[in-house]
Amino acid sequence: MSNKILPLVLGTAMGVAASAANATTLEDVKAKGFVQCGVSQGLPGFSNPDAQGNWTGLDVDLCRGVAAAVFGDASAVKFTPLSAKERFTALQSGEIDILSRNTTWTMSRDTQLGLNFAGVNYYDGQGFMVRKDLGVTSALEMSGASVCTNTGTTTELNVADYFRANNMPYEIVAFEKADEVVAAYDAGRCDVYTTDASGLYAQRLKLTNPADHMVLPEIISKEPLGPVVRQGDDEWFNIAKWTLNAMINAEEMGVTSANVDDMKGSDNPSIKRLLGVEGAFGEAIGLGNDWAYNVIKGVGNYGESFDANVGPDTPLGIARGVNALWSNGGFLYAPPVR
Amino acid sequence: MANADIFQIRTEEAPKLAAPISTSGVIGWMRQNLFSSIGNTVLTVIGILIAYSLIMPFIQFAIIDAVWTGDDRTACLAVEGAGHAGACWAYVIDYLPQFIYGRYPTEEIYRVNIVYALFVLLLVPLLMPSAPYKGINALLFLVVFPIISYFLLTGLEFGDTVVLPIVETARWGGLLVTLVIAVTGIVASLPLGIALALGRRSNMPIIKMVSVIFIEFWRGVPLITVLFMSSVMLPLFLPEGVTFDKLLRVLIGVTLFSAAYMAEVVRGGLQAIPKGQYEGAMALGLRFWQMMGLIILPQALKLVIPGIVNTFIGLFKDTTLVLIVGMFDLLGQIQSSFSDPNWSTPTQGHTGYLFAAIVFFIFCFGMSRYSIFMENKLHTGHKR
Amino acid sequence: MSIQEQDSAGAPARASLLNDPKARGLFYQATLIIALVAFGWFIVSNTVENLERQNIASGFGFLQNTAGFGIIQALVDYTETSSYGQAILVGFFNTLLVAVIGIFLATIIGFVVGIARLSNNWVISRLAYCYVELIRNVPLLLQIFFWYFAVLRAVPGKRDKWSFLFDTFHLNIAGLRGPQPIFEEGSGIIGWALVLAIVLAFAVARWSRKRQEATGQQFPVFLTGLGLIIGLPLIAYLIAGMPMHFNYPEFVETGPMLRRGFTLGSGFNLIPEFLALTLALSIYTAAFIAEIVRAGIQAVSHGQSEAAHALGLRNGPTLRLVIIPQAMRVIIPPLTSQYLNLTKNSSLAVAIAFPDLVSVGGTVLNQTGQAIEIIGIWMFVYLTLSLLTSAFMNWYNQRMALVER
Repeated sequence: MSNKILPLVLGTAMGVAASAANATTLEDVKAKGFVQCGVSQGLPGFSNPDAQGNWTGLDVDLCRGVAAAVFGDASAVKFTPLSAKERFTALQSGEIDILSRNTTWTMSRDTQLGLNFAGVNYYDGQGFMVRKDLGVTSALEMSGASVCTNTGTTTELNVADYFRANNMPYEIVAFEKADEVVAAYDAGRCDVYTTDASGLYAQRLKLTNPADHMVLPEIISKEPLGPVVRQGDDEWFNIAKWTLNAMINAEEMGVTSANVDDMKGSDNPSIKRLLGVEGAFGEAIGLGNDWAYNVIKGVGNYGESFDANVGPDTPLGIARGVNALWSNGGFLYAPPVR
Repeated sequence: MANADIFQIRTEEAPKLAAPISTSGVIGWMRQNLFSSIGNTVLTVIGILIAYSLIMPFIQFAIIDAVWTGDDRTACLAVEGAGHAGACWAYVIDYLPQFIYGRYPTEEIYRVNIVYALFVLLLVPLLMPSAPYKGINALLFLVVFPIISYFLLTGLEFGDTVVLPIVETARWGGLLVTLVIAVTGIVASLPLGIALALGRRSNMPIIKMVSVIFIEFWRGVPLITVLFMSSVMLPLFLPEGVTFDKLLRVLIGVTLFSAAYMAEVVRGGLQAIPKGQYEGAMALGLRFWQMMGLIILPQALKLVIPGIVNTFIGLFKDTTLVLIVGMFDLLGQIQSSFSDPNWSTPTQGHTGYLFAAIVFFIFCFGMSRYSIFMENKLHTGHKR
Repeated sequence: MSIQEQDSAGAPARASLLNDPKARGLFYQATLIIALVAFGWFIVSNTVENLERQNIASGFGFLQNTAGFGIIQALVDYTETSSYGQAILVGFFNTLLVAVIGIFLATIIGFVVGIARLSNNWVISRLAYCYVELIRNVPLLLQIFFWYFAVLRAVPGKRDKWSFLFDTFHLNIAGLRGPQPIFEEGSGIIGWALVLAIVLAFAVARWSRKRQEATGQQFPVFLTGLGLIIGLPLIAYLIAGMPMHFNYPEFVETGPMLRRGFTLGSGFNLIPEFLALTLALSIYTAAFIAEIVRAGIQAVSHGQSEAAHALGLRNGPTLRLVIIPQAMRVIIPPLTSQYLNLTKNSSLAVAIAFPDLVSVGGTVLNQTGQAIEIIGIWMFVYLTLSLLTSAFMNWYNQRMALVER
């Protein structure tokens, strides 16, 4: 204990946050009054700040949802932009409470880094973008291509595996920041830009002439993206997990931010349980029983968030595809509130 | 002797003829400096050609073809259709607040302005050798100012009473971050650098060794690895649950790094003080810190003002490296604005970098002029 | 004197331990050691605790694991199946390459600009002045971005090229391509011939200096050396039956769009990341070197060149034999630190995807999470390079220092 005193004394000086190691994340969050959420440094549709510094996106909505579940206030959240390199250290060290930064769920990350993935909020896969005038229609025609990508992600490894497996020579140009990849690809340094397909759609917006580029049909990897919390704090893990599940369940039941007040009077027992009219499911995860009501009221259901941030009507124009509800042929399937 | 009358004795000086036109005036100057020989003439022509080929495209891009007003990318694209694409200054003007303040909340920006104003008000008299009250001024600038600006920038809240709403450092950016890092780095590294310089000249072997190792270590590694260390490794050094703000981590790294350089600058000053000064101080019976504080350091520090300014210029330029660890300094902020589809044009990148270059040049060139001015001023005593 | 003696004799016991400088010194040093040890222990114990808690393995065992990612430019054998250790080695050699070529270019540009700065020609000296001030006062990172992103857009695209030097070298956005010499069996003799030539050139230089000192006769050392270094390997090459051929860049102009342009692996290729980084580094460092050179030359008193002229030396020999050797003494120490700066600044490669030590190390750090080990490797390598460079420069400096007789 004594070796914790020094930084605490220093800490009063500037921006040093010291939380008692024994407190749970939920207690910490309640004590400071907001959720500290790790996001990307700017990926349109997922987590992107506007000129005023207001964050929007699918990943951002999840953090707002957690804040709404805990405080009943979707704005009780602060965002920490993180690079791919820093993200896990930031979570491990307690700098952030939850990481919602298009992070791929892999076994090594789940088991070796002291982290837990609370679910999947976007099923992604690595894809390729090329110039239309190259006349390429399949990734298998890309022998001899130069490929631009981000360093420090699984993308770099996947692309190496893919080209090697298909016996195609290639050269890789790996940049530190996504903006630099876009700039280099836009300048014609590379034939191909590869990253998660969602990222391709997002980054395409930053190109000089987005219409000149196309995303190839091949998806070469599984990239389930989801929120991450620290291992060993099951209460907080449950909150993150069930915030996501509540958003998905709400879509399935047709509960939206607009009709959630009316839905409270619904006769459907599933909706009653979800919105806390019946049962005490909120108490079981250390929150109020209207937790899910707050989430939906604050950020809407999953479908609303998807449509507002990445859906067909946004500049990204991503179709629901595999991210549709299971009942519509997608992968989204949340366990019931019961 | 007889025909003395044919001698003419001049009683007044002959009227001075102007020097031949070929050696004076513009032509003379040109002959001497530009066309003194064939080789020289060739050089002159080549030089003028180089200058012309560099300057003309620049003027064409930055001024003649530039677009000064507009609300979005269409303004800058319209010119492209006409042939040449010039600098899109309209984009810089639109983004100027973000370049200066980052994403600082609009209603709190006055706080940043107060800090900027205080900074100028305190720094200018400090830099002017003739301004009075140097001691008080330095104290205000080095001690009071940092404390005030710390609270102004981050905010002040006691429990529920909000004096100034807290603005987390993730929202700082642009010139604000550049200046905060550079100024904090220098102000904080000065005492550390003095201590290290004294340590390096100490008679006590262990203190000397520790100082030398510290200085040589930080001077031997690139700043970027120091920044990676502070952003990736520092969290591992701290007990569980204790975290540092990201900006603070960078500041610690930058301070340690520049302290090593500062130590070498100060050491140069200490070495320039004649031994007699030390002996005189000791003969007066002054203790070590009295001798240093009253006799040696005031002289040595004055001598190394140019060196300190040069270190500051280096640090100011090096702050751009923080963008690699994901902070938004001026250059980082400009780069991040490139992703705004509203202003995405072929010349957006060039314009942004050009703007950054101009801002950095103005700051650095100004400081280096000041450094030269001080150097000349300090050297008056030794001029032959 | 007498008073002092009396004093020390009259006060056998030192006044108090508190006022004894030796005791105080020991006390301070002991305090420092204790503080450092305590601080070190604090950090190490925290780190160990954190690593254990987060299940992060420590040690350098990971260096043997398969890297799995590609690297665009490798001077040593590297494929995706190589180990992390090999990847870091590739990065290290790339850093060395940039540093060596950067230092070479920066020295040349720096000396030219530095001398131009002192030119009698107003236009030339002004140009040099503007170069120095402009380059020195703009951050290097910005200049790297400029060379990479601005110049990248100016060169032809991948399906196009600029050719020069009789169509042997080609420049486009994929880099600078040229013929690559391929050594065949039996080409080792060329290398040995080169070594022999260098040794001989040194021997000739020594002999000619001795002869000049003894007799005053000069010998064309430079030309002989050049002849030896080019001639001997050439003879060896011919004798060995020309065991070498060139791999010429192959430019495809028909077929599918993607295949057009230069075929991967044909000829040697300097990637644009390398070009931009080397160019930016050498131009930036050259501005500082130019100032050092100018100061060095100005430090040589004017009387020296007057005396040399009076002895009948012309401008060239005056500069070469009188001014430069003296100026070098002033130039070398700051030049050392500029070389070191260039080497350290090459780490900015990470910003434009050139796979140097820091860039590759960063990738490995990401894949493995071994932050402490990777940063340790970085610091170790740069510190070693720094120490080696300064050791070499110190040795050179000593050789050049004034020998007072």
